[in-house]
Amino acid sequence: MADTKSTFIVRTGEVALKGMNKPYFEKKLLTRIRTALKQYDGIEAYRSEGLIFVKAPEQYPVREVEQEILRVFGVASVSHAVEVSSELEEIGRAAAEYMKKLIPERRIRTFKVEAKRADKTFPLQSPQIAREIGAYVLRANDGLRVNVHDPDCVLFVNVRREHSYVFADKVKGFGGLPLGTNGKGLILLSGGIDSPVAAWMMAKRGMMIEAVHFHSYPYTSERAREKVYELTGILAGYCGRIRVHSINLLEIQQAIGEHCPEEQMTILSRRFMMMLAERVARSHDCDMLITGESIGQVASQTVHGLVATDNAVQMPVMLPLIAMDKVDIMDLAQKIGTYEKSIEPYEDCCTVFLPKHPATRPVLARILESEALLDKEQLIASALETLETVGIDPDKN
Amino acid sequence: MFVYFDNSATTRQLDAVTETVYRTAKEEFGNPSSLHRLGVRSEKILKQARRSAAALLHAEPEEVFFCSGGTEADNTAVFGAARAGKRRGNKIITSSIEHPAVLEACRQLQAEGFEVVFLPVDRDGIVDLRALEEELDDNTILVSIMHVNNESGAIQPVAEIGRLVREQGKALFHCDAVQSYGKIPIDVRAAGIHLLSASGHKIHGPKGTGILYIRKGVHIPSFQYGGGQERGFRSGTENVPGIAGFGVAAEEAAKRLRTDAGKSRAMGERLAGGIRERIGDITINSPVEAVRNGESVWLPNIVNVTFHGCRGEVLLHMLEQSEIFVSTGSACSSHKKGFSHVLLAMGCGENGAEGAVRFSLSYLNEPEEVEYVLDRLAEAVEQHRKMMKIANRMGR
Repeated sequence: MADTKSTFIVRTGEVALKGMNKPYFEKKLLTRIRTALKQYDGIEAYRSEGLIFVKAPEQYPVREVEQEILRVFGVASVSHAVEVSSELEEIGRAAAEYMKKLIPERRIRTFKVEAKRADKTFPLQSPQIAREIGAYVLRANDGLRVNVHDPDCVLFVNVRREHSYVFADKVKGFGGLPLGTNGKGLILLSGGIDSPVAAWMMAKRGMMIEAVHFHSYPYTSERAREKVYELTGILAGYCGRIRVHSINLLEIQQAIGEHCPEEQMTILSRRFMMMLAERVARSHDCDMLITGESIGQVASQTVHGLVATDNAVQMPVMLPLIAMDKVDIMDLAQKIGTYEKSIEPYEDCCTVFLPKHPATRPVLARILESEALLDKEQLIASALETLETVGIDPDKN
Repeated sequence: MFVYFDNSATTRQLDAVTETVYRTAKEEFGNPSSLHRLGVRSEKILKQARRSAAALLHAEPEEVFFCSGGTEADNTAVFGAARAGKRRGNKIITSSIEHPAVLEACRQLQAEGFEVVFLPVDRDGIVDLRALEEELDDNTILVSIMHVNNESGAIQPVAEIGRLVREQGKALFHCDAVQSYGKIPIDVRAAGIHLLSASGHKIHGPKGTGILYIRKGVHIPSFQYGGGQERGFRSGTENVPGIAGFGVAAEEAAKRLRTDAGKSRAMGERLAGGIRERIGDITINSPVEAVRNGESVWLPNIVNVTFHGCRGEVLLHMLEQSEIFVSTGSACSSHKKGFSHVLLAMGCGENGAEGAVRFSLSYLNEPEEVEYVLDRLAEAVEQHRKMMKIANRMGR
């Protein structure tokens, strides 16, 4: 056979709705798909008549290539298809052969054909194409029957100008928008379940990601930081290489502990984290901060707590999980592959400094009064001196 | 100054060992079972290493079987003795402070229907001999008690245990000597030991090497069948480079045992004494001063101390910042969640275990290092306690 490549049809979701900007988004998406597949030699990805096509040399496992494409944000669905020239007989033969392989694999007894004619110059109309192709398939496969209402298998036929495509599956992708089409955000990454999900959700909307992590070494172990790096590696599987900044918060926690009321410890620490994150964001061209908070989840995440925390910075703070339930966040974490790593038992924050009764209804004015007791600028400058930055590469296992 | 005080976890491999392993792997790659010259040469290397390994135990070379390390030796001994003796009895006696390689093996046998007794220890971490005497009945087929405990450094009265087992006349005595092998003299015959485990990487040898001593005339079943290596007891082509390295490490240990015993004791005593002098509110968990029958029961390589009001893990990380490497008595945030079963068995309580740090020395350490550790330790404890005071203000 001349064609020794597997063909994938990639459908874009929202990218297709972008009107005048559509070419820009499509080009970005193509770039992202090419990057995601760069480990495979001889990959082709191109646009044609409103769809994206990917061709991969046959030696690469189809499911593996498909999975890689599905990870790309902006991809609505992918179909692994058989490509033939746009002649009825050719299509019919290909469809019959395709079905022959599928029948034992999926124990198919009934089917129907759904045809789509993108090339309006093709002599037959869609319903006629479906009937004709159906006849080819029936002739070649004894015992197979047509059932238009509840078939075991729907065989799709897509007739286009040069080539036509036969396939049975449309595998859903994550949707969203291609990375790099919506600025850059800095995620406050703990080792927990929520923050990686929050970063992922923003990345899905096209936002590039950088991360900042706070630790209290030697009150937390280096393993806790390794865990954050490993979580970042999983995220990088979607976003590409991610820069992680880590900052030691111990001196700040110590100062708060010495000078401020105990119940304000959590909020005040959070405020300092936000302030430090804002500094990091500005010096690394990030447009927004991202946190994994959701209303009411823990003591510091009450509405009042969030008001008091976010007040610490001017930069917009995105909270993509804000209205989600914990179980839904956990489901999403499972889906993107961060959950198992997140629940490993390394302390991500210094439990030595957890107050027994944290304030759940902090009054901003009181918090500001306490904060004024501290030499804020000096503490921030000193904390920033502990900043360490590493780049984390994708870990797709 | 880089100070490695975690020698009970593992030791730095001696350069001489590394060179031997490298050279053997590179040049002596013949299979000891091969009939040609290369095989004979490899076999000779094994013979030499076996002789060195046996010498540390006052055993015959034929009584030493090489294996993958302490865990395999312990498991083989415990399961083997149980299987060999199950027609004659059903009871196994061990202690509550054994290494998991013995404890978990015994728990498994318990689940399979054996009666297992875990003997208590006293505040010094020494097994209760009277309890052993009471438990050691006609139904007992195995007594497995370690020589030196890995966390406290307490030396168990193996000679007395051996005597009691001999009097009973039926049970086998297995001794996990992973922490004592090469560090204090062992005479397996005099102590009445039938089975003994030791490990290479605790004596500056290679990881993945160990021995099981099986006294001549004692038969336990093999768990690895195949080509009949190690006189049919442990099939599988021998780890010639590793075993050669083990031999070199054992020879060096034997030499040091004669020359450096005084230095080791002096360093351990200085460390324990210095801590007591310079840092308040501590408990030394190792039986530093305990004496039985006129002899010390403490292996001075191991100094275990509780710093009250501290978290061992935090101290560990603070010391690590000064390039000092130690262990803790608890591991609250690592994968081994929980407190040391040894310290709990000694009656230290959870608080005592939480603030515990284990310093374990070897003949490669020097007295200056002890002084350096004392300085850094005093600072770290003070700083940590100050921080805990602030944290306690917050209601913890």
